[in-house]
Amino acid sequence: MEILSILIPVSLGLGALGLGAFIWALRGRQFEDPKGDAERILSDEWDDRPRPD
Amino acid sequence: MTDLSLPSTSACPACAAAPIAQRVAHAAAPDAIILSLPGVHCAMCITDVERALMARPGVRAARVNLTLKRVTVQAPGLGADDLIPALAAIGYEAHELDPDALSATAADKQGRDLLMRIGIAGFAMMNVMILSVAVWSGADAATRDLFHWISGAIALPTVAFAGQPFFGSAWAALRGGRLGMDVPISLALILATAISLYETTQSGHHAYFDAAVMLCFFLLIGRYLDHRTRAIARSAAAELTALEVPRAHLLCDGGEQVVPIAQLVPGDLIRVRAGGRIPADGEVVEGRSETDRSLLTGETLPMLAEPGTILSAGEVNLSGPLTLRVIAAGKDSSLSRLTALVEAAEAARGRYSSLAERASRAYAPMVHLMAALSLAGWFWATRDLRLSINVAAAVLIITCPCALGLAVPAVVTAASGRLFRRGLLIKDGTALERLSEIDTVVFDKTGTLTMGRPRLAAGDDLPDDLRAVAVSLAAGSSHPLSQAIVAAFPDQQPARIDGIGEYPGQGVSGVWQGRRVSLGRADWLGIIDDDMHRSGSSAWLSIEGQAPRRLDFIDELRPGAADTVHRLRAQGRRVILLSGDRPAAVADVAARLGIGEYHAGIDPIGKAQMVGALGDDGAKVLMVGDGLNDTAALARAHASISPASALDAARVASDVVLTGQDLGAVADALQTARRATARIRENFTISILYNLVAVPVAIAGFATPLLAALAMSASSITVTLNALRLRR
Repeated sequence: MEILSILIPVSLGLGALGLGAFIWALRGRQFEDPKGDAERILSDEWDDRPRPD
Repeated sequence: MTDLSLPSTSACPACAAAPIAQRVAHAAAPDAIILSLPGVHCAMCITDVERALMARPGVRAARVNLTLKRVTVQAPGLGADDLIPALAAIGYEAHELDPDALSATAADKQGRDLLMRIGIAGFAMMNVMILSVAVWSGADAATRDLFHWISGAIALPTVAFAGQPFFGSAWAALRGGRLGMDVPISLALILATAISLYETTQSGHHAYFDAAVMLCFFLLIGRYLDHRTRAIARSAAAELTALEVPRAHLLCDGGEQVVPIAQLVPGDLIRVRAGGRIPADGEVVEGRSETDRSLLTGETLPMLAEPGTILSAGEVNLSGPLTLRVIAAGKDSSLSRLTALVEAAEAARGRYSSLAERASRAYAPMVHLMAALSLAGWFWATRDLRLSINVAAAVLIITCPCALGLAVPAVVTAASGRLFRRGLLIKDGTALERLSEIDTVVFDKTGTLTMGRPRLAAGDDLPDDLRAVAVSLAAGSSHPLSQAIVAAFPDQQPARIDGIGEYPGQGVSGVWQGRRVSLGRADWLGIIDDDMHRSGSSAWLSIEGQAPRRLDFIDELRPGAADTVHRLRAQGRRVILLSGDRPAAVADVAARLGIGEYHAGIDPIGKAQMVGALGDDGAKVLMVGDGLNDTAALARAHASISPASALDAARVASDVVLTGQDLGAVADALQTARRATARIRENFTISILYNLVAVPVAIAGFATPLLAALAMSASSITVTLNALRLRR
């Protein structure tokens, strides 16, 4: 059962990592235009370098 | 006319399904220009629009939001008028939106706040569930206590944070002396967490941390769906308002200046170009023209406007430029005077209590009563307070209206998404339920059943040479009747006519083969004519040396109007036509559509009274109208629909806005509403059935956290899946 002392923090840590990523995405306004983001990936407009904005 | 749902020309299936315009989400910089782009639908459109805008000098940034079908442009020093032609050149229709009218940032913040709480509740739910599964599958003694402690450490802050929307509204309900749905929810959350903490300290067997967190998670999803539906409706309604950036051309010191309507004061001189809407009540001081008053009165015949004529805000100037002296503007104008009438009508309608409200009113006391009874019963039987509270908590958790919280929002979201694709915007949350009860449909004529756009009747009777003359005379004029003549003969070569001159408000005249030819009003040409007894408007074509010919115009029916009326009657609903127009015109439209019951020449108050009288007789009336004269009736009716081309006031008063041209969506709306309400009832039945099975078990004291978790998730998922069936 000593393994629990490693596994539980690990599972909580992984979950917290996911939660952190979700909150970061939410703060970064990444849920503003879901349809647009889904379409933008099809355009080759900024494939060579990131869009400067 | 603003048609927001342009037919998609794309072949890609993702584009064919128009998206639900989502919440407004702009951190709009002060000088940002927002343009509505009804035509964008795929990746190519985004690239095209952004590239075209960026190519213009002075544009710093342009970003398309495909979900909202908008582009936000950062271009200091440029106006929307500079950018719209650039988009028109590559084939995209664009309209300026008033950024101030789109102030939905508060709603947007609330949406993100709810999403954040959902995320945290979801995270906590998954972690607590992993630990709970271990406990359910037989962990005991120290391991079980350890797992309970960890679960508690996760659940306590989660419930405190994610449960805030419920605690807040439960507190507000209690202070108002009411017992809303949120009171049992909050009680269940607090009691479940508290009893589980106590059990954990006593190393008890059962802890309901997972149930408390799961309750939060599912209920927050219901709350979010509800919020999103309302935010979508609000932002779409705001967009319609923002489309009309109200401006007037003010004449001052020999120059012309564009000012917002709000800045006009009585005495100002304003200029109204041909085709423009009159921004404020005023008296004509210069110019002759005709005005279209159909949005105010339903009257289709153009009215003559000459110096001295008093015009009301909302009329459309047809042929020549007019200079007006403002008599009343803004709040005092005749447009705003109807507001009092609308408010009176709304008060008469009374408040509709939704299915969810009625359900929660019956349900909430039951939940508390059952929990209290099981507490008392178990305490009386066993004298064991700890056990009794445990049982009462289990009863509260199981009866907690988790599925009830999802039952309505899930259905409304699915139904309004489906109706949005058909070109209908649901503005009010209870509109679907009210639509489903409709048995009588009252239509306005001008602009609702008809397009309010004339079409030349019996054009084939006109000889070829006269046809050429008529087209040639009409081609230079922007008067709707002239445009109808040109539209009637698309392939006609115009005749050669010299010296064509337009006499605003009267007609057009010129010289053809040495003879004077004129096209215009009967009184201008000296012809005695009585318009009142014919169904449509007419113009006269006069050629020197020949008898003048009358050209008759009929008001074109809106696409799908006949089909809609037919379908409504087939569904057994009573269809009535109420119009402010002349009897002959109304009778003609009624005959063409097969409506037996019609009333002509009704004023706005009369319309509201007739709708009210129908309602008092027990009929559930749906009012469909677009004019200012319909506004009070729209507000008075049980439910109301107005087309997007309607005046702002009419759209505000109605529950549903028709964004497309086709009236067929009205019949669809009634059908979908009926199905949606049936689904809501089914959902209530499902959640009550779950309770009927689970509650006796809980009261008998056999409820375990496992059973609570199973009942809760199973009922929530069933309810959501049932709602999703509507999308098909």
